[in-house]
Amino acid sequence: MKRQDNSKLAAVSVCLLLCLVVAGLSLSLTNWEVSAAPEGKITGTVKLDGTAPHMKGIDMSKDPWCVKQHANDPAHLELVVVGKDNGLGNVVLYISEGLSGDALNAKPTAVPVFDQKNCLYTPHVLAMDVGQEFKVETSDQTAHNIHPEPNPLTGNIPWNQSQPPGAPPVTKSWKAVEMIHVKCNIHPWMSGYFAVVKGPYAITGEDGSYTIENVPPGSYTVTAWQETYGNQTAKVTVAGGQSAKADFTFKAK
Amino acid sequence: MHTNLLKWPLLLSVVVALCFSTAAYAQLTTYQLQDWLNSPAASSHVGDITGNAKAAALPYRRFCVGCHGELGDGNGENAVWFLTPLYAQPRNFQLAIFKCRSTPTGTLPTDQDLYDTIGRGMDRSNMPAWIPLSKQERADLVAWIKHYSPRWQTEKAGTPIQIPPEPEITPERVKAGQDVFARMQCFKCHGVQGKANGPSASTLTDDLSQPIAPFNFTDGSRPKCGSTDVDIYRIFMTGLDGTPMPSFADNIKPDEAWDLVFYLRSLQPHNAYNEKERQIANQLGLKPVNPNPAQ
Ligand code: HEC
Ligand code: HEC
Repeated sequence: MKRQDNSKLAAVSVCLLLCLVVAGLSLSLTNWEVSAAPEGKITGTVKLDGTAPHMKGIDMSKDPWCVKQHANDPAHLELVVVGKDNGLGNVVLYISEGLSGDALNAKPTAVPVFDQKNCLYTPHVLAMDVGQEFKVETSDQTAHNIHPEPNPLTGNIPWNQSQPPGAPPVTKSWKAVEMIHVKCNIHPWMSGYFAVVKGPYAITGEDGSYTIENVPPGSYTVTAWQETYGNQTAKVTVAGGQSAKADFTFKAK
Repeated sequence: MHTNLLKWPLLLSVVVALCFSTAAYAQLTTYQLQDWLNSPAASSHVGDITGNAKAAALPYRRFCVGCHGELGDGNGENAVWFLTPLYAQPRNFQLAIFKCRSTPTGTLPTDQDLYDTIGRGMDRSNMPAWIPLSKQERADLVAWIKHYSPRWQTEKAGTPIQIPPEPEITPERVKAGQDVFARMQCFKCHGVQGKANGPSASTLTDDLSQPIAPFNFTDGSRPKCGSTDVDIYRIFMTGLDGTPMPSFADNIKPDEAWDLVFYLRSLQPHNAYNEKERQIANQLGLKPVNPNPAQ
């Protein structure tokens, strides 16, 4: 008799305890969600001040297949890409100071794609997070080799893989923040970048506009990187759920 | 009381560990080299021989320092005389990027790979074959090379690629090998007859931005990373890191790779390995591949 009573008591108290734990957990969870203010974003435009430098045409005569693809659409270097109203394209924007914790370490799930198309890189600059997987594909009926040249002492190790017509995509990631030059030895004019940054990032379209999404409230330094003109920084403060603005102007050289 | 006493060494070791991990990526100093010399990475395993870096200090100074330099950076006093594209610069061991690997592109070579290179030397370069050195000395030198780069502290050697046993050579295989050569477009650099005169050959540069020539199959040169059939298989599958020569591991199947080896052999002038290949290619009357089939 006594024994049974005891076990009943035990069962009841276990139930109670469980209830308490569950209640506590859900409370703390809701608490956490309430305390984390909604994320904001940083938007703006990057412009070129002055006349856009002339981009030389590309001589592809070493590969007749490439020449044929550009019969009606001559290819030009893409060192400086300027669009409407002097907007500057292919500029990478990222938060270089002020991020911490989850925002710094969150890994985007998207897999950006770098395509070898008509003997050029599309996009010319591919931005990504440290550790984020990206894909290298080829749409071309001529062979390429994809050869990034990071500095091995940063922790990013160079590699060199062939991509003949119909080659399967190559999936890779990088270990450290670095603007990595990538080239094709077969087609020496092919030149692009893997822009590896830490945290949320954006890249400008041809009109020079950009939006960095998923930025938690806080004060930050935003860096704009352009392959020919280098870096510029600006300070911004993002409020919960709001959009902060940071415009940049690079001087034409 | 007890816990308090324990806390300090713990904190200190964390701070020290942090300092070291950041130092590893800064400019190399002799202080760091000393440190790495005492690390487990400064050893090697080649067959049943264990190499010890410290034992190689003297041999390195005697035999290697003139080219590879005191700090292993490839800036030895003789390096200024090596003119590219004919003669590559001595390897910079601080970067740990090696041409001759059994491991995938972008990974460190195995101890055996480095050991084999030291014994073999590199044809068409100033890197001699170090056959006079004993096996133990060569293994010690492998360990010594590994103390020059932070990479050996944090990375493991890659996993060597699998090479299936060599099949019997047949005319079909030589023919199929030529198709692989055409499909992979090796001719873009090596030329349709393997004469190192492909359309891209004249523009090639290595990772130090020095001009570099593709391998000429027809002038009797020996490949830098070995002359046997297995060596050639390994060369085009893993690529020569630090050069334009890419890895084809993702695009050539193992069986096709052997076909390609047979075809490449037929391009070479008569040597110890290619009697049959040349005969078959002759009988087949193989013409050089067409570089622009789509035109
Ligand atoms: C006369 C100059 C010279 C001397 C002496 C010399 N080397 Fe080299 N070594 C070179 C050059 C040049 C290369 C690069 C060759 C190339 O890339 O084609 C090289 C490359 C290497 C490599 C890189 C192999 C790879 O797979 O990339 C290793 C390892 C090496 N040497 C080890 C040694 C060792 C160990 C010694 C001393 C026992 C030594 N070398 C002495 C000139 C020299
Ligand atoms: C982008 C140009 C390029 C392409 C494409 C290319 N190679 Fe090479 N290859 C080179 C260069 C450059 C070297 C010389 C590297 C050196 O001497 O360090 C080389 C060297 C070699 C060697 C000799 C390596 C040694 O140890 O000396 C072999 C064998 C070879 N290539 C086979 C191939 C085959 C087979 C293909 C096609 C499946 C191919 N290559 C495609 C540029 C290329």
